[in-house]
Amino acid sequence: MFCRLTGVILVISVLVFSLSAYGQENSREQIKGLDEQVQEIKTDVLSIAEQLNQLEEKLLYPSNTQVAVFIALDNNETFRLDAVEIELDGKPVAHHIYTFKELEALQKGGVQRIYTGNILAGAHDLQVLVLGKSGGGTDFQKTERFTVNKDVGPKMVEISLAAQSITFKDM
Amino acid sequence: MYRLFVALTILIFSASSARAGAPSPQELKDLYFGEALYYAFQGDWFDAISRLDTELTQHHGLDEPERDTLYYHLNHARFAVGDFELAYRMHQRAGRAIKAVINGNVEEQVRNEAIFRLARIYFQKDQPVNALYAVERISGDVPADIRNELDFLRAQILMANGRFAEAAEILQDLSDVKSLQGFSTYNLGIALIRDNKELQGREYLDLTGRINSKDALTLAIKDKSNLVLGTKLLEEKEFADAKEVLDRVRLNGPFSNQALLGSGWAAAFQGHFDRALVPWSILATREVTDAAVQEAMLATPYAYGKLDVYSKAAVMYGSALENFGTELDKLDASIKSIREGHFLRAMVREELKQDANWVVKLRRLPQTPETYYLLELMATHDFQESLKNYLDLEQLRRKLEVWQGDLDAFREVIEQRRAYYKPLLPVIDREFRQLDSQMRLRLEQRDRIAQRLENMLVVPRPDYLATSRERIFSEQIGLLEQRLSSGNAAVPESYGVRIRRLRGILHWNIYTEYDQRFTEAYLHLRDLDHEVDLLQNRYKAFVRTRQAATQSYEGYDEVIRNQRFRIREAGEKVQELMARQGHMLETMAVRELTKRRQRLAEFHVKARFAMADSYDRATTVQTREREGK
Repeated sequence: MFCRLTGVILVISVLVFSLSAYGQENSREQIKGLDEQVQEIKTDVLSIAEQLNQLEEKLLYPSNTQVAVFIALDNNETFRLDAVEIELDGKPVAHHIYTFKELEALQKGGVQRIYTGNILAGAHDLQVLVLGKSGGGTDFQKTERFTVNKDVGPKMVEISLAAQSITFKDM
Repeated sequence: MYRLFVALTILIFSASSARAGAPSPQELKDLYFGEALYYAFQGDWFDAISRLDTELTQHHGLDEPERDTLYYHLNHARFAVGDFELAYRMHQRAGRAIKAVINGNVEEQVRNEAIFRLARIYFQKDQPVNALYAVERISGDVPADIRNELDFLRAQILMANGRFAEAAEILQDLSDVKSLQGFSTYNLGIALIRDNKELQGREYLDLTGRINSKDALTLAIKDKSNLVLGTKLLEEKEFADAKEVLDRVRLNGPFSNQALLGSGWAAAFQGHFDRALVPWSILATREVTDAAVQEAMLATPYAYGKLDVYSKAAVMYGSALENFGTELDKLDASIKSIREGHFLRAMVREELKQDANWVVKLRRLPQTPETYYLLELMATHDFQESLKNYLDLEQLRRKLEVWQGDLDAFREVIEQRRAYYKPLLPVIDREFRQLDSQMRLRLEQRDRIAQRLENMLVVPRPDYLATSRERIFSEQIGLLEQRLSSGNAAVPESYGVRIRRLRGILHWNIYTEYDQRFTEAYLHLRDLDHEVDLLQNRYKAFVRTRQAATQSYEGYDEVIRNQRFRIREAGEKVQELMARQGHMLETMAVRELTKRRQRLAEFHVKARFAMADSYDRATTVQTREREGK
């Protein structure tokens, strides 16, 4: 009996259970067909998203009043960014607390659009408050003020953060 | 062996995708492109694609796209969108995007990189012939950073097409490449074995199984290599070698359970049941839902039986029997739970997505018993793809739901703007028309003055620059003269002298101060021009604002109606696909659980008989011992 048992066990052992042919059970064609339909609906929804992005921009942030504030990290910055607060003309307009994934995305060179809004043409006061931890593990808080000069076209502002400084690029 | 090859492909695929990706540019000029990367780096592919699509559409719609900041990153952006689509499992669209790059007017290196990506898509989508056709089109200069990856892909494609000798040749050259450490030699081993060069193939598998590395992926391929080689040796009854190789697999790696089981069998087949007990005893205490562990729960008492420790074997069979009974109940409950839809609900739990290892964690959650037995199933390519599709559909469903709400909000904003502006605008327009005509009049006057001053540069006209007071004096003098000479009377001499003197003074002043007055007139004109500029700017700002006011509520009805319709239609389609995809996942899960249940039921029966047999033998031994005494 044990010989038979051994045989049965061995047959169904290592390889069989490491790599069962589940895919074969559900027909490959069925899986492929469904996958293609999922790809199609993704394309449709992405196209809706694109049009909604444009509609939102046109409706809520027309170019003559639009202002967008972006946050980036300086190259090779390793300090831990905890939060950023933005004030425009003395009013708080954005406050963001960063997750690990978001911080990692910034460290890899991604840029976060933290605020999109509307302002009139002319000079505006922008205040940036950064909270974080330095490489040594001590808490730090830094505030800088800048002037945003809004013209006729959409205004983009890049705030570049480093442990030592906050720099501002007006586009 | 084919199954091994599939597993290898999966492992390699995970390795290459982990090493691939869209790095950020050295200097970022387009912030919106940076924003798309920000989403991509977080694995949020939908938002990354939608942002980049919007940016690319706007870029292509520009009259002078070369003045747009995205122009600097255009090739990168085109590749990135293909990469994102690939990561979002939109292979068809990614393929189309890459083909567009290939057929475009691009440099040789860019073209070759695009073909490489296309070939990779075909390979990943299980289209080895198309992949081979694509990769054979690569010629000339290839970017340095993809050369090794390209060669590796070429070898993989050749293997998938059954051309093992050619693949082996390429892999031989890659065996020293650091970034492919383990993967190149493992594949080389497999390619050689499939090319009937058994001994050489085994050597490379053995070499891979001895690599020293701290890299998690390299360690995984090292374990895999040992498991494959060990299993092969086990099948060929080279038990001693098999055990040695299987014992190299890490005890905490993903292949350790299978390796421990195999190691035990390798010892058992040599008759070393005491040695077999070592790996099996470790294995038997592990996660009970694992197939190898369940097998070890039978194999351990079997070894004890072979060592004539029947009482211990009987107790262990009893324990296995009890465990199998519990697990059978659990499996029944899981199958029932899946049929009631709990499995799919567990899959879409938001908090699980925060952890990259969530599929494994899922098994440990007491609230999700239906997932306990599905780890192996979840690791298969088909299930993974189906599950990811299901999760993507769930994400789309949520997005579409939110967008419906957004459209309602847009509609409300538009209505409020309409209610505010519509009664206000006619009054403003009326007032503006009046101001506009006044402005035009003043601007015409200004132009006339400017023209006159221009002419006076050629033909000086001091009288034009007389002050109003001087003009009044001059007219008064003229009137006095008229009055004095009325009725043809002669002007008295004393008056005539005084009038001439007064005229002389006026004339003197106007002519002597002409240059200064002319300069002042120009300065005044310049001041006026400054004021006119300010006025023009305010005029333009008003026109823009006025236009924006109308545009803020007009022309959206059709767009919103269309979007609402598309969202509803897409929502219905998503629901339908979710139902089908969900059903497929449930079917796969139930089939897997049923299969596991059948196997466990067999084990249950075997354990029962084996336990009875062990008790019999134990009793016989005890009886013999008593009789012996």
